[in-house]
This record gives sequence, C-alpha cells and structure tokens, in this order.
Amino acid sequence: MSRPSTDFGQAGTDNGEVVVTRLDAAINWVRANSVWPMPMGLACCAIELMGSGGSRFDISRFGMEVMRFSPRQADCMIVAGTVTYKMAGIVRRLYDQMSEPKWVVAMGACASSGGLFRTYSTLQGVDRILPVDVYIAGCPPKPEALLDGMLLLQEKIRKEPSAKMLFRGRGD
Amino acid sequence: MRDLAKRFEWVKPRAVASADGLPALDVPAAHLAVFAVALRDEWGFDLLTDMAGCDWGVDADPGSRFGVVYHFARSNGGALLRVSCLAGPNEGGDAVVLPSLAKDFASADWFEREIFDLFGVSFEGHPDLRRILMWEEYEWHPLRKDFPLAGREAALPSGDAASMGGGLDRVAVAPMEGGPFVSAEGGGSPRNGEPRGADQSWADDRGAGENRCDHV
Ligand code: SF4
Repeated sequence: MSRPSTDFGQAGTDNGEVVVTRLDAAINWVRANSVWPMPMGLACCAIELMGSGGSRFDISRFGMEVMRFSPRQADCMIVAGTVTYKMAGIVRRLYDQMSEPKWVVAMGACASSGGLFRTYSTLQGVDRILPVDVYIAGCPPKPEALLDGMLLLQEKIRKEPSAKMLFRGRGD
Repeated sequence: MRDLAKRFEWVKPRAVASADGLPALDVPAAHLAVFAVALRDEWGFDLLTDMAGCDWGVDADPGSRFGVVYHFARSNGGALLRVSCLAGPNEGGDAVVLPSLAKDFASADWFEREIFDLFGVSFEGHPDLRRILMWEEYEWHPLRKDFPLAGREAALPSGDAASMGGGLDRVAVAPMEGGPFVSAEGGGSPRNGEPRGADQSWADDRGAGENRCDHV
C-alpha cells in the first residue's frame, strides 16, 4: 500500500512501549497475510495455479502458500477452471463446508463467466452459485495475474469491518 | 487387408479413402464382434485405441444415421486400422444398437459409455451401460446434430442441487451472444469485430470480406 498507514500508532511516554491499533486493523492484518487457499482446480487454469505455487512465482511471498485440499482448513476458494453443472453442486457443497470467514476468487474466463464454453454442460459463471470476491480475467490468467488478484483480495480483506462481523456473523 | 477381405466377405474397404491414408474398412454391425476378436487374435490388433461416435445428420436414413468408428492398433509392429460400423435401429426403431466390445477390449468400456451418453447409441452386452459425462437423469444426447449447442432447460443433477445457493435452480440455456466476448461494433463476424486477428496468417486464407465464422 502506498498511502501511509493509519492502522497502527505508538503511545506512552517512551516511544515504542505501547502500540495502539484498531481491532479491525489487527484482525484484518492477520487474516490478509495468511490466506489459506483451497485450490478448486477444475480445468486448465489449475495448471497456472500450480505454477503460482512454484518457486518462480512463489505465492508464499504473500503468505498464501498453504494450499489446503480440505475445505475445513481453507478460507479462500480459488475456482480455477470450467464449472460444469454436474460439478456445480459439489463446488457449492465444498464452499458450504468452509468455515467463516471465507472468500472466493474466480480465476479465469470459465469460472468468471463460463468462458468460451457457451454450451449445454457449463455453468455460465461460478457467481451463479457462490459469492465471488475477485474475478481474474484471462484464459488462463498468468500466475502474475493470479497474484495480482490475490493482492486485490488482500486489499479487500483489509477494508472489512471484521470486528463487527465477529459478533454478527459475516455480513453478506 | 486382402487376407481380411478373403476371409470375411462382408468386409469392404471404405468407399472414400481416409485423408490420413490409414486403411479403413466398413463392417456390418452384425459381424462386428466376431471381426474384432479375429483382428485381435489372428492379426495382432490387440489395442482398441479410440472409438468415435458419428451422427450423419437428421436427414440420414434412420438405419444409417449413427455410426461408430473404431481405431485398432497392433502393439507389435505398430500398424493402425480404422473400422467403421453403422448402428442399426432396435425393435422399437428409435434407439440405435451396436454390439459391445467391452468384454474383448477393456478400453471399450468407457468409450461405449461416452458414445451412449452423447449420441444415444446403446451397446448390447455392455456390463454397465450408464451415462459417463452428463448426469443420469439428463434427458438428451447432446452431441446429436438436432441438439442445440446452447443446451436445453433441464433439472439440475440431483443430490447436491438442493444445497445450491445463489438462486440456481435449473440448467439454463447458455447465451450465444453478449457477455464478456462482445465483438466490436459493425462486426457481425468475429473476424471483422476482432481487428487484431486480421494480421495473422491463419486468418488470412480467405477474402477479407468473408465470414469464416458466420455461424457465431
Ligand atoms: S479460462 Fe481458459 S484456461 Fe482457464 S479453465 Fe477456462 S478454458 Fe481453461
């Protein structure tokens, strides 16, 4: 972030003894920097997702390398690939099994809109069954684009009123 | 080939030669099973590498509308052979039937399920003839020529459908226009609407005004 952060301040007679912050800022700082993605790899886009995890693009620079294949241990579903109607119910069920707070990234044209598959078998965008936070364009998106999308997601997480949601459930 | 034709008088070389030069034969459905086993045991074609369903169009004679093309390979010596077989109507007259090769060639099992699923050709003697790609309750065979690419309204696959949020309750007809892939104004064809394609040699083998993709 280029703007100066007002999330943290220092107080006390001796500078540095006490750090003050807002609860939102503290929670979001923790959440944004340890996103545990669930790779919902359904087609070719998943290859780029794997590429992002490799040493060349190294998604762990942003604290997102802990890919979990169990929905119970993940908080961000990356839908990478073509969602067919046959698969849609399973994707939705996996999403339901993830615990709050959770986010969804639609990676690539297929997950965002059905992509080039204007056909009888393909769900025309995963947003018909899931609340998508970030859409990433491309067929497939390069790993750079995925990382860009994930950084956008971090931005979004940093702006959430998390403290309020703690007591109310996620406000969507 | 000559041996084959001598042994089985019903085997005919295909009237139109294959573009890739592979030897291709026509075999009547009634003899297919015998023929395939003989190919495997006596001529060494021990591998069924591919099966392709064909729909010759809604105007075709019902008895010869659907067919399957088999590709046999000989693992010792590397020869390939293409065999085409037309599916005959069953007693009801509406479905189309071929003998199953799943007992003799393990690879035929899923190929036949796929052709059954997408073309509606049933295979007599298949151990487990269920749909393989579309869900079980789907009513149509989507690769038939009279089925629209965009699909038809249908019920969602059962089971998980109940838990689906987001208001999705049916399989919708896919939109053929609009959405993220919109051609530029004045297009009509993607070729005119997508100027960046114009300088690419693969797009230039026809006159500039012609629609290569006017079905879109
Ligand atoms: S967007 Fe392109 S690369 Fe990604 S899953 Fe769809 S077809 Fe494959």
